[in-house]
Amino acid sequence: MSTLDVKTAMAPSATERELTLGEAIREALAEEMRRDPRVVLMGEDVAEAGTVFKVLTGLSAEFGTDRVIDTPISEAGFTGLAIGAAMTGLRPVVDIMFGDFIALVMDQMANQAAKVHYMSGGKWKVPLVMRTTLGATRRSAAQHSQSLHAWFSHVPGLKVVLPSTPYDAKGLLKSAIRDENPVVFFEDKMMYKLKGAIPAEEYTIPLGVADIKRSGDDITLVATSSMVQVALGAAKMLQEIGVGAEVIDPRTTWPLDEERLIESVKKTSRAIVIDEGYARYGATAEIASVIAEGAFHYLDQPVKRIGAMHVPIPFSPPLEDVTVPTEQMVFEAARKMCGKS
Amino acid sequence: MTKQKSVIEKTPASAAEPDKYLRMYQQMMSIRIFEEQVNDLYTRALMPGLAHLYIGEEAIAVGICSALRPDDYITSTHRGHGHCLAKGASPDRMFAELLGKEAGYCRGKGGSMHIADPATGNLGANAIVGGSAGIATGAAFSAKRLGNGRVAVCFFGEGALGQGLLYETMNLAQLWKLPVIYVCENNTYNEYTHYSETTAGDVLARPKAFGIQAERVDGQDVRAVYATANAVVERARGGNGPAFLLCDTYRYRGHHVGDVSREYYRSKQEEQKWVSERDPIKLFSDWLIAHKLATAGQLQTMNAEVKSTIDAAVQFALNAPYPDPLEVQQDVYA
Ligand SMILES: Cc1ncc(C[n+]2csc(CCOP(=O)(O)OP(=O)(O)O)c2C)c(N)n1
Repeated sequence: MSTLDVKTAMAPSATERELTLGEAIREALAEEMRRDPRVVLMGEDVAEAGTVFKVLTGLSAEFGTDRVIDTPISEAGFTGLAIGAAMTGLRPVVDIMFGDFIALVMDQMANQAAKVHYMSGGKWKVPLVMRTTLGATRRSAAQHSQSLHAWFSHVPGLKVVLPSTPYDAKGLLKSAIRDENPVVFFEDKMMYKLKGAIPAEEYTIPLGVADIKRSGDDITLVATSSMVQVALGAAKMLQEIGVGAEVIDPRTTWPLDEERLIESVKKTSRAIVIDEGYARYGATAEIASVIAEGAFHYLDQPVKRIGAMHVPIPFSPPLEDVTVPTEQMVFEAARKMCGKS
Repeated sequence: MTKQKSVIEKTPASAAEPDKYLRMYQQMMSIRIFEEQVNDLYTRALMPGLAHLYIGEEAIAVGICSALRPDDYITSTHRGHGHCLAKGASPDRMFAELLGKEAGYCRGKGGSMHIADPATGNLGANAIVGGSAGIATGAAFSAKRLGNGRVAVCFFGEGALGQGLLYETMNLAQLWKLPVIYVCENNTYNEYTHYSETTAGDVLARPKAFGIQAERVDGQDVRAVYATANAVVERARGGNGPAFLLCDTYRYRGHHVGDVSREYYRSKQEEQKWVSERDPIKLFSDWLIAHKLATAGQLQTMNAEVKSTIDAAVQFALNAPYPDPLEVQQDVYA
């Protein structure tokens, strides 16, 4: 992966460094913890172990185990506790090791965190961040490989962030921590080693602003998280056959930057939406409908969606590999839409 | 680690079951060698995913499963190879599953953490910590409702004590007198955290609070595990309700094969102490020899036989084909 691929238009270039996505997340957490003593981290093996993905390495040494807290394997319990703590003066960042385990915290997030502010007539606030993972192809089988961000995106009262580059991850996570309301932050576990430019000076990225990762005139590829790199790869292949693909990353599924997505498709008149969650009732469905409604008269063809195959993720490598969208799949779909043989 | 009396002094030989004991020895050795091979396959990058080894904990799976009938049920965990083997799985199809091959127990769909096999009563290994507490309790509910005399065993690590589901199901099990045995394998660590940092109070007091019969067992002493399991399994079969066994043990290796630098959470001396003083296979073989149930030579012959069975199983799995990618949609009904 070259730096160019992941650099965004918004990144200032004077004093850039290269960080991995994992390092960018750690840096965001460390900066926010230095800045705000109310921020505490909580989760399984987050302290000395620095999580199973080693993303938090070094934070317990700097901030102590009073602020970087190992929990029992009690996802529902510590999430509920974090919600209460968020309501009463702290800003917890909870770590749910694998995105699949959000099933265990669903009541706390969907019925408690998401609703407290509204139900209390705007009196209580829940400034909570939940960090978790998504993404397949790690050969981890059906209970450790899902991309379930659509579940949270469905619920009024939760914001959902899906960074695709180190730059975005850092800026978005800082905004999430400063947000007054619950935010769920999904990291692709296969992208922690992805490198990208990060400015030395502080920055944040607002939630709800899509980013154009590559511009083009012939087709819009809307891609999230792990699928942004796939879309960029496909765009390169399309370039070779004379198709200019625009790759746009919403960065948050909620709030959703409808305007930018619609603008892009008005320009290109064709769109494919790619997301690693299941397409059925998934993020791609919502985004495609936003585009269909907002750019209907500009569309050359129906919006196409590409997501994970509708199967529990299998363990065996030759099976798992066919469940995830690939550059080739996106390329083929785009080529067809653009009438190129 | 609490100081325990040597197994040899503690229990007299039971003349009634020499064959059973030799079979138990063989099973423990099978699990040990199976796991050594998993380690080898994994480090040679021949096995995808993650591998959580059961080495050091063999006496629990074998002691418990030796007290079960073939049609009794078990549920297992991410560290489940030992449970599956002890319940009767064959190593060749186990290895095939671990390598993602079509000949595997789940046609490659499950892998190491999801071995399931109705023929041996294995309801499935589970990669969600505590995730099978409901399934095991439900199997016990069926057994009672259908009157088929079966018992269900729910294996889990002490990490699962953190999961609320366990307490909801234990309450149900005692309320409805279900034939389920909750087997907590306390191997001392939840991943990289000592269980004392995640577990408040007295563990046995938890099931006892529901009125569930609860016992603490030396998980390195296969005869003690077996004797206790026999008693609670028969009690459950007789309609007298569930039991909870807390088995003290130790995982010799990393949380998974890749967990090699462990000094930040546990010392080499601690590991050494368990391996040299509390090894379940060593303790049991010493006892068998001391009580003249086997000679060292006989045990060595058995080891060699086990080794060649396991080696053949590895070869079988390595040579077996992967499933056709088209199989990915087989068994998807919705
Ligand atoms: C609900 C859930 N939370 C977290 C994990 C990640 N995880 C896998 S194994 C493990 C530790 C389990 O410890 P224990 O139950 O004692 O079993 P052991 O690994 O020691 O055999 C954790 C936290 C998981 N698989 N499921």
